[in-house]
Amino acid sequence: MERESIGQILLVSILSGNFVLAMFLGMCPFLGVTHRIAVAAPLGLATTFVIVIACVSAYALNIVLSILHLEFLRLICYIVVIAAAVQLVEMFVKKQSPSLFRALGIYLPLITTNCAVLGVALYQTAREYDFIQSLTFALGGGFGFTLALVLLASVRERVQLSNVPDVLHGTALTLMLGGILSLAFMGFAGIG
Amino acid sequence: MNPAPVSTWTEFTEGLWERNPVFVMVLGMCPTMAITTSAINSISMGLATTFVLTTSCLLISMLRHMIPKDVRIATYIVIIATFVTVVDYAIQAISLSMYEALGAYIQLIVANCLVLGRAEAHAARNPPWASAVNATGIGLGFTLGLTMIGAVREILGSGTLLGISLFGSHYQPWVVMILPPGGFFVMGLWLLLFSIVRKHRKSAADAVKEGCHGA
Repeated sequence: MERESIGQILLVSILSGNFVLAMFLGMCPFLGVTHRIAVAAPLGLATTFVIVIACVSAYALNIVLSILHLEFLRLICYIVVIAAAVQLVEMFVKKQSPSLFRALGIYLPLITTNCAVLGVALYQTAREYDFIQSLTFALGGGFGFTLALVLLASVRERVQLSNVPDVLHGTALTLMLGGILSLAFMGFAGIG
Repeated sequence: MNPAPVSTWTEFTEGLWERNPVFVMVLGMCPTMAITTSAINSISMGLATTFVLTTSCLLISMLRHMIPKDVRIATYIVIIATFVTVVDYAIQAISLSMYEALGAYIQLIVANCLVLGRAEAHAARNPPWASAVNATGIGLGFTLGLTMIGAVREILGSGTLLGISLFGSHYQPWVVMILPPGGFFVMGLWLLLFSIVRKHRKSAADAVKEGCHGA
Protein backbone atom coordinates (compact mmCIF):
# COMPACT_ATOMS: atom_id res chain seq x y z
CA MET A 1 0.00 0.00 0.00
CA GLU A 2 1.32 3.41 -0.92
CA ARG A 3 1.89 5.69 2.05
CA GLU A 4 -0.26 8.79 2.11
CA SER A 5 1.61 12.08 2.15
CA ILE A 6 1.31 14.47 5.10
CA GLY A 7 -0.51 17.12 3.05
CA GLN A 8 -2.97 14.56 1.80
CA ILE A 9 -3.82 13.36 5.30
CA LEU A 10 -4.23 16.93 6.51
CA LEU A 11 -6.54 17.97 3.67
CA VAL A 12 -8.62 14.81 3.83
CA SER A 13 -9.09 14.95 7.60
CA ILE A 14 -10.12 18.63 7.54
CA LEU A 15 -12.29 18.70 4.43
CA SER A 16 -13.44 15.64 2.53
CA GLY A 17 -13.13 13.27 5.49
CA ASN A 18 -14.36 15.79 8.05
CA PHE A 19 -14.92 14.03 11.36
CA VAL A 20 -18.38 15.42 11.98
CA LEU A 21 -19.84 15.95 8.54
CA ALA A 22 -18.49 12.91 6.73
CA MET A 23 -17.64 10.36 9.42
CA PHE A 24 -20.23 11.24 12.08
CA LEU A 25 -17.77 11.30 14.93
CA GLY A 26 -18.63 13.66 17.77
CA MET A 27 -22.29 14.28 17.01
CA CYS A 28 -23.32 15.06 20.60
CA PRO A 29 -21.38 18.33 20.94
CA PHE A 30 -22.16 19.12 17.29
CA LEU A 31 -25.88 19.14 18.10
CA GLY A 32 -25.60 20.24 21.72
CA VAL A 33 -23.22 23.19 22.05
CA THR A 34 -23.51 24.94 18.71
CA HIS A 35 -26.01 27.63 19.60
CA ARG A 36 -23.27 30.28 19.97
CA ILE A 37 -19.87 30.67 18.30
CA ALA A 38 -18.35 31.88 21.58
CA VAL A 39 -19.03 28.47 23.14
CA ALA A 40 -18.51 26.30 20.09
CA ALA A 41 -15.01 27.52 19.24
CA PRO A 42 -13.39 26.92 22.68
CA LEU A 43 -14.99 23.50 22.92
CA GLY A 44 -13.61 22.68 19.49
CA LEU A 45 -10.13 23.74 20.56
CA ALA A 46 -10.36 21.83 23.86
CA THR A 47 -11.40 18.74 21.91
CA THR A 48 -8.51 19.25 19.47
CA PHE A 49 -6.12 19.36 22.43
CA VAL A 50 -7.53 16.14 23.87
CA ILE A 51 -7.42 14.51 20.43
CA VAL A 52 -3.72 15.32 20.05
CA ILE A 53 -2.89 14.04 23.56
CA ALA A 54 -4.93 10.91 22.93
CA CYS A 55 -3.20 10.38 19.60
CA VAL A 56 0.31 10.60 21.07
CA SER A 57 -0.49 8.37 24.05
CA ALA A 58 -2.37 5.87 21.89
CA TYR A 59 0.64 5.65 19.60
CA ALA A 60 2.95 4.90 22.52
CA LEU A 61 0.47 2.48 24.10
CA ASN A 62 0.03 0.59 20.87
CA ILE A 63 3.78 -0.06 20.65
CA VAL A 64 3.86 -1.36 24.23
CA LEU A 65 0.79 -3.55 23.71
CA SER A 66 2.18 -5.00 20.46
CA ILE A 67 5.41 -5.93 22.19
CA LEU A 68 3.52 -7.63 25.02
CA HIS A 69 1.02 -9.25 22.59
CA LEU A 70 -1.91 -7.79 24.48
CA GLU A 71 -3.77 -6.27 21.51
CA PHE A 72 -7.15 -7.28 22.96
CA LEU A 73 -6.62 -4.77 25.76
CA ARG A 74 -6.20 -1.92 23.28
CA LEU A 75 -9.71 -0.48 23.55
CA ILE A 76 -9.71 -0.50 27.37
CA CYS A 77 -6.28 1.14 27.57
CA TYR A 78 -7.19 3.84 25.04
CA ILE A 79 -10.35 4.85 26.82
CA VAL A 80 -8.63 5.06 30.22
CA VAL A 81 -5.89 7.30 28.79
CA ILE A 82 -8.51 9.52 27.14
CA ALA A 83 -10.47 9.81 30.38
CA ALA A 84 -7.32 10.92 32.18
CA ALA A 85 -6.52 13.51 29.49
CA VAL A 86 -10.02 14.95 29.70
CA GLN A 87 -9.70 15.25 33.47
CA LEU A 88 -6.54 17.28 32.90
CA VAL A 89 -8.20 19.65 30.44
CA GLU A 90 -11.18 20.03 32.74
CA MET A 91 -8.97 21.10 35.66
CA PHE A 92 -7.08 23.51 33.41
CA VAL A 93 -10.23 25.20 32.04
CA LYS A 94 -11.77 25.41 35.51
CA LYS A 95 -8.69 27.23 36.81
CA GLN A 96 -8.16 29.48 33.80
CA SER A 97 -11.68 30.52 32.90
CA PRO A 98 -14.53 29.69 35.28
CA SER A 99 -17.09 31.40 33.02
CA LEU A 100 -16.14 29.23 30.06
CA PHE A 101 -16.23 26.23 32.38
CA ARG A 102 -19.85 27.01 33.25
CA ALA A 103 -20.80 27.66 29.61
CA LEU A 104 -19.40 24.32 28.47
CA GLY A 105 -21.14 22.58 31.34
CA ILE A 106 -21.68 18.87 30.98
CA TYR A 107 -20.11 18.83 27.52
CA LEU A 108 -16.59 19.25 28.91
CA PRO A 109 -16.44 15.94 30.83
CA LEU A 110 -18.39 14.42 27.95
CA ILE A 111 -15.33 14.85 25.69
CA THR A 112 -14.38 11.47 27.19
CA THR A 113 -17.30 9.90 25.39
CA ASN A 114 -16.70 11.94 22.26
CA CYS A 115 -16.32 9.41 19.48
CA ALA A 116 -13.93 11.75 17.66
CA VAL A 117 -11.25 11.29 20.31
CA LEU A 118 -11.52 7.52 20.48
CA GLY A 119 -12.04 7.45 16.70
CA VAL A 120 -8.65 9.08 16.05
CA ALA A 121 -6.90 6.53 18.24
CA LEU A 122 -8.70 3.61 16.60
CA TYR A 123 -8.32 4.83 13.00
CA GLN A 124 -4.62 5.57 13.31
CA THR A 125 -4.08 2.06 14.62
CA ALA A 126 -6.22 0.49 11.91
CA ARG A 127 -4.53 2.46 9.13
CA GLU A 128 -1.04 1.82 10.53
CA TYR A 129 0.02 5.45 10.42
CA ASP A 130 3.53 6.27 11.63
CA PHE A 131 4.06 8.90 14.31
CA ILE A 132 4.13 12.00 12.07
CA GLN A 133 1.14 10.78 10.09
CA SER A 134 -0.84 10.12 13.27
CA LEU A 135 -0.05 13.57 14.60
CA THR A 136 -1.12 15.21 11.32
CA PHE A 137 -4.29 13.15 11.28
CA ALA A 138 -5.08 14.19 14.86
CA LEU A 139 -4.41 17.89 14.23
CA GLY A 140 -6.36 17.90 10.97
CA GLY A 141 -9.25 16.01 12.52
CA GLY A 142 -9.35 18.40 15.47
CA PHE A 143 -9.36 21.46 13.25
CA GLY A 144 -11.97 19.91 10.99
CA PHE A 145 -14.12 19.27 14.07
CA THR A 146 -13.69 22.89 15.26
CA LEU A 147 -14.47 24.16 11.76
CA ALA A 148 -17.69 22.15 11.57
CA LEU A 149 -18.75 23.32 15.04
CA VAL A 150 -18.06 27.00 14.28
CA LEU A 151 -19.79 26.82 10.88
CA LEU A 152 -22.94 25.30 12.34
CA ALA A 153 -22.90 27.75 15.25
CA SER A 154 -22.72 30.73 12.89
CA VAL A 155 -25.58 29.37 10.78
CA ARG A 156 -27.66 28.80 13.92
CA GLU A 157 -26.97 32.33 15.16
CA ARG A 158 -28.38 33.64 11.89
CA VAL A 159 -31.38 31.33 11.95
CA GLN A 160 -32.37 32.59 15.40
CA LEU A 161 -33.22 35.94 13.81
CA SER A 162 -35.36 34.49 11.04
CA ASN A 163 -38.88 33.22 10.99
CA VAL A 164 -38.85 29.43 11.29
CA PRO A 165 -42.03 27.29 11.29
CA ASP A 166 -42.97 26.26 14.81
CA VAL A 167 -42.80 22.49 14.32
CA LEU A 168 -39.28 22.65 12.93
CA HIS A 169 -37.71 24.19 16.05
CA GLY A 170 -35.13 22.26 18.01
CA THR A 171 -33.13 19.25 16.94
CA ALA A 172 -34.94 18.73 13.62
CA LEU A 173 -33.81 22.14 12.38
CA THR A 174 -30.23 21.60 13.57
CA LEU A 175 -30.12 18.27 11.77
CA MET A 176 -31.38 19.82 8.54
CA LEU A 177 -28.73 22.55 8.76
CA GLY A 178 -26.12 19.87 9.47
CA GLY A 179 -27.30 17.97 6.41
CA ILE A 180 -26.91 21.01 4.18
CA LEU A 181 -23.41 21.66 5.58
CA SER A 182 -22.53 18.02 5.02
CA LEU A 183 -23.81 18.30 1.43
CA ALA A 184 -21.53 21.29 0.93
CA PHE A 185 -18.53 19.40 2.34
CA MET A 186 -19.19 16.56 -0.09
CA GLY A 187 -18.07 18.97 -2.78
CA PHE A 188 -14.52 18.48 -1.49
CA ALA A 189 -14.71 14.77 -2.25
CA GLY A 190 -12.22 14.98 -5.12
CA ILE A 191 -9.42 16.28 -2.90
CA GLY A 192 -6.73 13.88 -1.77
CA MET B 1 -35.47 5.11 46.57
CA ASN B 2 -37.92 5.70 43.72
CA PRO B 3 -40.83 8.01 44.53
CA ALA B 4 -43.35 5.73 42.85
CA PRO B 5 -42.68 2.03 42.26
CA VAL B 6 -42.62 1.39 38.53
CA SER B 7 -43.71 -1.98 37.28
CA THR B 8 -41.17 -4.02 35.37
CA TRP B 9 -43.32 -3.96 32.26
CA THR B 10 -43.58 -0.15 32.23
CA GLU B 11 -39.87 0.03 32.81
CA PHE B 12 -39.37 -2.10 29.73
CA THR B 13 -41.83 -0.45 27.33
CA GLU B 14 -40.88 3.06 28.37
CA GLY B 15 -37.52 2.73 26.64
CA LEU B 16 -39.09 1.33 23.50
CA TRP B 17 -41.24 4.28 22.56
CA GLU B 18 -42.04 6.99 25.10
CA ARG B 19 -38.40 7.60 25.94
CA ASN B 20 -36.93 6.27 22.73
CA PRO B 21 -33.18 6.94 22.91
CA VAL B 22 -32.93 8.00 19.26
CA PHE B 23 -35.99 10.18 18.75
CA VAL B 24 -36.80 11.46 22.22
CA MET B 25 -33.54 11.54 24.17
CA VAL B 26 -31.41 12.11 21.02
CA LEU B 27 -28.48 10.16 22.46
CA GLY B 28 -25.89 8.04 20.73
CA MET B 29 -26.05 9.96 17.50
CA CYS B 30 -22.74 8.86 15.97
CA PRO B 31 -23.66 5.26 15.14
CA THR B 32 -27.25 6.35 14.50
CA MET B 33 -26.20 8.26 11.44
CA ALA B 34 -22.98 6.57 10.42
CA ILE B 35 -24.05 2.96 9.98
CA THR B 36 -27.73 3.33 9.09
CA THR B 37 -27.06 3.01 5.37
CA SER B 38 -29.02 -0.26 5.29
CA ALA B 39 -31.60 -1.94 7.50
CA ILE B 40 -29.49 -5.00 8.25
CA ASN B 41 -26.52 -2.91 9.42
CA SER B 42 -28.87 -0.96 11.69
CA ILE B 43 -30.33 -4.09 13.24
CA SER B 44 -26.95 -5.66 13.97
CA MET B 45 -25.56 -2.43 15.38
CA GLY B 46 -28.67 -2.04 17.54
CA LEU B 47 -28.41 -5.58 18.87
CA ALA B 48 -24.69 -5.20 19.61
CA THR B 49 -25.43 -2.02 21.56
CA THR B 50 -28.32 -3.72 23.39
CA PHE B 51 -26.01 -6.51 24.50
CA VAL B 52 -23.36 -4.10 25.78
CA LEU B 53 -25.98 -1.96 27.46
CA THR B 54 -27.73 -4.82 29.25
CA THR B 55 -24.64 -6.65 30.44
CA SER B 56 -22.77 -3.58 31.59
CA CYS B 57 -25.83 -2.15 33.37
CA LEU B 58 -26.34 -5.50 35.11
CA LEU B 59 -22.73 -5.62 36.29
CA ILE B 60 -22.61 -1.95 37.30
CA SER B 61 -25.82 -2.34 39.23
CA MET B 62 -24.44 -5.36 41.09
CA LEU B 63 -21.27 -3.47 41.97
CA ARG B 64 -22.98 -0.17 42.72
CA HIS B 65 -22.27 -0.24 46.47
CA MET B 66 -18.64 -1.14 45.95
CA ILE B 67 -17.65 1.51 43.40
CA PRO B 68 -16.22 4.64 45.08
CA LYS B 69 -18.08 7.76 44.00
CA ASP B 70 -15.03 9.71 42.80
CA VAL B 71 -13.87 7.17 40.26
CA ARG B 72 -17.27 5.88 39.20
CA ILE B 73 -17.18 7.21 35.62
CA ALA B 74 -13.78 5.66 34.98
CA THR B 75 -14.99 2.36 36.46
CA TYR B 76 -18.12 2.39 34.29
CA ILE B 77 -16.07 3.05 31.19
CA VAL B 78 -13.69 0.19 31.91
CA ILE B 79 -16.65 -2.17 32.45
CA ILE B 80 -18.30 -0.98 29.23
CA ALA B 81 -15.04 -1.28 27.28
CA THR B 82 -14.68 -4.88 28.44
CA PHE B 83 -18.07 -5.87 27.07
CA VAL B 84 -17.47 -3.94 23.85
CA THR B 85 -14.26 -5.92 23.34
CA VAL B 86 -16.28 -9.11 23.80
CA VAL B 87 -18.85 -7.98 21.20
CA ASP B 88 -16.10 -6.84 18.85
CA TYR B 89 -14.43 -10.25 18.82
CA ALA B 90 -17.77 -12.08 18.70
CA ILE B 91 -18.96 -10.22 15.59
CA GLN B 92 -15.61 -10.76 13.94
CA ALA B 93 -16.02 -14.50 14.54
CA ILE B 94 -19.66 -14.70 13.47
CA SER B 95 -19.59 -12.65 10.29
CA LEU B 96 -16.52 -11.01 8.85
CA SER B 97 -18.47 -9.11 6.19
CA MET B 98 -20.69 -7.58 8.87
CA TYR B 99 -17.58 -6.69 10.85
CA GLU B 100 -16.14 -4.86 7.85
CA ALA B 101 -19.41 -3.05 7.16
CA LEU B 102 -19.67 -1.73 10.72
CA GLY B 103 -15.96 -0.95 10.88
CA ALA B 104 -14.68 1.06 13.82
CA TYR B 105 -18.20 1.84 14.96
CA ILE B 106 -18.45 -1.39 16.97
CA GLN B 107 -15.51 -0.30 19.13
CA LEU B 108 -16.97 3.18 19.26
CA ILE B 109 -19.92 1.79 21.26
CA VAL B 110 -17.66 2.57 24.24
CA ALA B 111 -17.99 6.24 23.42
CA ASN B 112 -21.75 6.04 22.94
CA CYS B 113 -23.22 8.49 25.45
CA LEU B 114 -26.35 6.33 25.63
CA VAL B 115 -24.54 3.50 27.42
CA LEU B 116 -22.71 5.71 29.90
CA GLY B 117 -25.85 7.78 30.41
CA ARG B 118 -27.90 4.70 31.36
CA ALA B 119 -25.14 3.45 33.67
CA GLU B 120 -25.00 6.78 35.50
CA ALA B 121 -28.71 7.59 35.53
CA HIS B 122 -30.26 4.19 36.12
CA ALA B 123 -27.93 1.28 36.86
CA ALA B 124 -26.09 3.14 39.64
CA ARG B 125 -29.33 3.66 41.59
CA ASN B 126 -31.42 0.55 40.99
CA PRO B 127 -31.21 -3.16 41.76
CA PRO B 128 -29.69 -5.43 39.08
CA TRP B 129 -32.95 -6.93 37.79
CA ALA B 130 -34.69 -3.59 37.27
CA SER B 131 -31.73 -1.96 35.60
CA ALA B 132 -31.16 -4.91 33.28
CA VAL B 133 -34.81 -4.79 32.19
CA ASN B 134 -34.64 -1.04 31.71
CA ALA B 135 -31.40 -1.34 29.73
CA THR B 136 -32.88 -4.02 27.47
CA GLY B 137 -35.90 -1.81 26.78
CA ILE B 138 -33.72 1.18 25.97
CA GLY B 139 -31.46 -1.01 23.83
CA LEU B 140 -34.37 -2.38 21.83
CA GLY B 141 -35.74 1.14 21.48
CA PHE B 142 -32.36 2.15 20.09
CA THR B 143 -32.50 -0.78 17.65
CA LEU B 144 -35.99 0.28 16.60
CA GLY B 145 -34.91 3.87 15.99
CA LEU B 146 -31.84 2.78 14.04
CA THR B 147 -33.90 0.41 11.91
CA MET B 148 -36.48 3.09 11.14
CA ILE B 149 -33.75 5.40 9.84
CA GLY B 150 -31.83 2.58 8.14
CA ALA B 151 -34.88 1.23 6.31
CA VAL B 152 -35.82 4.64 4.89
CA ARG B 153 -32.26 5.31 3.79
CA GLU B 154 -31.93 1.89 2.19
CA ILE B 155 -35.26 2.14 0.33
CA LEU B 156 -34.51 5.61 -1.03
CA GLY B 157 -30.78 5.24 -1.51
CA SER B 158 -30.52 1.84 -3.12
CA GLY B 159 -34.12 0.77 -3.80
CA THR B 160 -33.90 -2.32 -1.60
CA LEU B 161 -35.05 -3.42 1.83
CA LEU B 162 -32.95 -6.00 3.72
CA GLY B 163 -31.23 -6.66 0.39
CA ILE B 164 -34.48 -7.45 -1.49
CA SER B 165 -35.08 -5.27 -4.52
CA LEU B 166 -38.35 -3.35 -4.22
CA PHE B 167 -38.83 -1.37 -7.39
CA GLY B 168 -37.27 -3.48 -10.14
CA SER B 169 -34.39 -2.53 -12.36
CA HIS B 170 -35.86 0.77 -13.56
CA TYR B 171 -35.46 2.45 -10.20
CA GLN B 172 -32.89 5.21 -10.19
CA PRO B 173 -31.40 5.19 -6.67
CA TRP B 174 -31.33 8.45 -4.77
CA VAL B 175 -27.66 8.04 -3.93
CA VAL B 176 -27.36 11.03 -1.64
CA MET B 177 -29.53 9.19 0.91
CA ILE B 178 -26.84 6.59 1.66
CA LEU B 179 -24.14 9.26 1.72
CA PRO B 180 -23.52 11.27 4.93
CA PRO B 181 -26.01 14.11 4.21
CA GLY B 182 -28.80 11.55 3.87
CA GLY B 183 -28.27 10.54 7.50
CA PHE B 184 -28.89 14.09 8.66
CA PHE B 185 -31.90 14.55 6.40
CA VAL B 186 -33.69 11.30 7.22
CA MET B 187 -33.16 11.72 10.97
CA GLY B 188 -34.35 15.35 10.70
CA LEU B 189 -37.44 14.31 8.75
CA TRP B 190 -38.41 11.66 11.32
CA LEU B 191 -38.07 14.22 14.11
CA LEU B 192 -40.13 16.68 12.08
CA LEU B 193 -42.83 14.06 11.53
CA PHE B 194 -43.01 13.26 15.25
CA SER B 195 -43.14 16.92 16.12
CA ILE B 196 -46.06 17.47 13.68
CA VAL B 197 -47.93 14.45 15.09
CA ARG B 198 -47.38 15.68 18.65
CA LYS B 199 -48.69 19.11 17.72
CA HIS B 200 -51.81 17.64 16.10
CA ARG B 201 -52.50 15.47 19.14
CA LYS B 202 -52.06 18.43 21.43
CA SER B 203 -54.41 20.66 19.45
CA ALA B 204 -56.93 17.80 19.23
CA ALA B 205 -56.76 17.35 23.01
CA ASP B 206 -57.18 21.10 23.51
CA ALA B 207 -60.21 21.08 21.21
CA VAL B 208 -61.82 18.27 23.23
CA LYS B 209 -61.17 20.13 26.45
CA GLU B 210 -62.69 23.32 25.08
CA GLY B 211 -65.68 21.37 23.79
CA CYS B 212 -66.28 20.04 27.32
CA HIS B 213 -66.11 23.53 28.76
CA GLY B 214 -68.59 24.76 26.16
CA ALA B 215 -71.08 22.05 27.06
